[in-house]
Amino acid sequence: MSKQAQHWEKTRGLLIVTLAIWFVFSIGIFLFGAEMNEVTGPFGYPLTYWFTCQGSLGIFVILIFWFANRQEKIDEEFGFSERGDD
Amino acid sequence: MLKGNFIDNLPKVYGIYTGGFLAFIIIMAIAEQMGMSAKAIGICFVAFTVAIYAIIGYLSRTAQADAYYVAGRQVPTVFNGMATAADWMSGASFVAMAGGIYFKGYGYMALLVGWTGGYVLVASLLAPYLRKFGCYTVPDFIGTRYGGNLSRLMAVIVLTVASFTYVTAQINATGTIASVALDIPFQYAVYVGLISILLCSMLGGMRGVTWTQVAQYIVLIIAYLLPVFWISNKMGAGFFPHFMLADEVARIGELEQQFGFVANSKENLAAVPKGLAGITKAHSAVNATPWAFISLALAMMMGTASLPHVMMRYFTTPSVKAARKSVGWSLFFIFLLYSSAPMLATLSKLSLIDPSLPTGIIGKSIAEVQSIDWYQNWNQANLMFVSDFNGNGTLELNEFFMGGKAVVLATPEIAGLPYVISGLVAAGGMAAAMSTADGLILAIANALSHDLYYKIIDPKAETAKRLVVARVLLVVIGFAGATIAAMEIQGILGSVIWAFDFAMSGLFFPLVLGVWWKRANREGAIAGMALGLISGAGYLIWVRNGGSGFLGITQLTFGIFGSAVSLVAMVVVSLITAEPNAATQKMVDEVRVPSGKSILGKQH
Repeated sequence: MSKQAQHWEKTRGLLIVTLAIWFVFSIGIFLFGAEMNEVTGPFGYPLTYWFTCQGSLGIFVILIFWFANRQEKIDEEFGFSERGDD
Repeated sequence: MLKGNFIDNLPKVYGIYTGGFLAFIIIMAIAEQMGMSAKAIGICFVAFTVAIYAIIGYLSRTAQADAYYVAGRQVPTVFNGMATAADWMSGASFVAMAGGIYFKGYGYMALLVGWTGGYVLVASLLAPYLRKFGCYTVPDFIGTRYGGNLSRLMAVIVLTVASFTYVTAQINATGTIASVALDIPFQYAVYVGLISILLCSMLGGMRGVTWTQVAQYIVLIIAYLLPVFWISNKMGAGFFPHFMLADEVARIGELEQQFGFVANSKENLAAVPKGLAGITKAHSAVNATPWAFISLALAMMMGTASLPHVMMRYFTTPSVKAARKSVGWSLFFIFLLYSSAPMLATLSKLSLIDPSLPTGIIGKSIAEVQSIDWYQNWNQANLMFVSDFNGNGTLELNEFFMGGKAVVLATPEIAGLPYVISGLVAAGGMAAAMSTADGLILAIANALSHDLYYKIIDPKAETAKRLVVARVLLVVIGFAGATIAAMEIQGILGSVIWAFDFAMSGLFFPLVLGVWWKRANREGAIAGMALGLISGAGYLIWVRNGGSGFLGITQLTFGIFGSAVSLVAMVVVSLITAEPNAATQKMVDEVRVPSGKSILGKQH
């Protein structure tokens, strides 16, 4: 397999993981919104309420930075990283 | 003066700017103590900030195509993040979001999840690849990837439909704020707003818009966070509201139980001024079905990843790597405001309905409420209303009505903050609406000037001529938007949501599959864009005219239907027609690798 094909395979793998996490916190948990709201979440807010106010939103921020770092590592591994910094 | 040197000095420049703005707020606060009128303070805030944006717009003037279209591709990640956040957070986010949460609770908060979750799709599926492509506009990518003028034209059409729906709402919002702050009729205020918008973008194009958007973000985030923290502290709810309002949220739940949600009769509601609503839904309980919540969130997420004015912000970063990081920063800056909106809604609601607080009005006598100063002000502005439906002389929960905007605009005054804060909030709302309108008008004008005029009509046009055409279009589109805004056809929030649905119906799959599916070809993309947009629009018209809809897809989520049709059409048509030629396939391979030259040259 060519270097490029391997790079793309890893990139696609990362995409699937990223989208899986995204799916859980944007769609998955809200299938059980009513049940989850009975539970007390962080800082004492009802759990579903907390996810819609802060939880999911914050997780997305972290997820994107995590994704960007992982993708950079993949690019570096195959020598496809851009020269120069940002 | 504004080249390289300026980029290196960005933190310093905006640091001084922020300090200057804070100093201005303090000067205004002192002026208020010395007897400056509320009206004069409002005018000062709006005029001062708009003047600053205009100066930045003038300093960023340019005669180069790549500076005009993509800010010279040298905007650092963090600053591009701020600019995107301002581009993104519209008048609706700033003025109406907390109100939506206040009235509709959980069902509305799907928008918070949707408008943030979409950025994960932007970062992972699209932004870095479109940056590698090196395009100036979104149709530029479609036109080059799939080839042919028809695919480019289709993309221009979808972009124009979606962005134009969005921009009328934003010009409407600038007009509303300008008319309140400057005390002039709405019909004129719309054009005052429009001229302020054009001052930022006309001379410098994307470069001008970028640096004004950073400045606008700073104003709008200070204007949003300062009152939230201040009110929370003043009410004794906690010095950091985001982590400390659990008791308040629980208390609202208790009061809701105690008062109960009494339904009003039709005759009673007829007396309530248009646009005002009462509290009829639980604050923190789950009040929507899973599908209602998820479908709205999903539509907003896919719409986010298809809206060209957001995507084009990532064309301005220096590298692919920077584009990815920049999406993270964008969402971080958006998060600062979005996570504060529910806190503001909580503080606002509790301060009004809790009888044990001095500001609480429920349970007081109607006559007493009607004699409160702030009630009279906001009642005159048509944003508050009480009526004694049951004739017991006391204000009940179901007898109090408020406009959605009042949550952001009136809460500082209700909580007893000085007027200077209300002036600041007006400046923040203006910044939010202007920055989004600028991004949208520029996206439309650039698509028409670059893709329609330069790439299709006159490919030999010289740079100077292209930029003249771009600027003329900017003004024409701005005036067209303002004219429609002045007619006040739809509400602000409704048309914003429609824009997302239009964008996802026509563009989501053609964009995503352009990168992720090599087999996607021109015929497929054209079918996907055309059928997606037509079926989405058709569904909207059907439901608006009394159609029952299916699968619980409403007029706010019609993009789910449109994009599903788009996906099926694109896959089927691609598979029954010839696969893309070798050159195109090689191009896709190159797009997938961050290093190396961009597909389109620096000047194209």
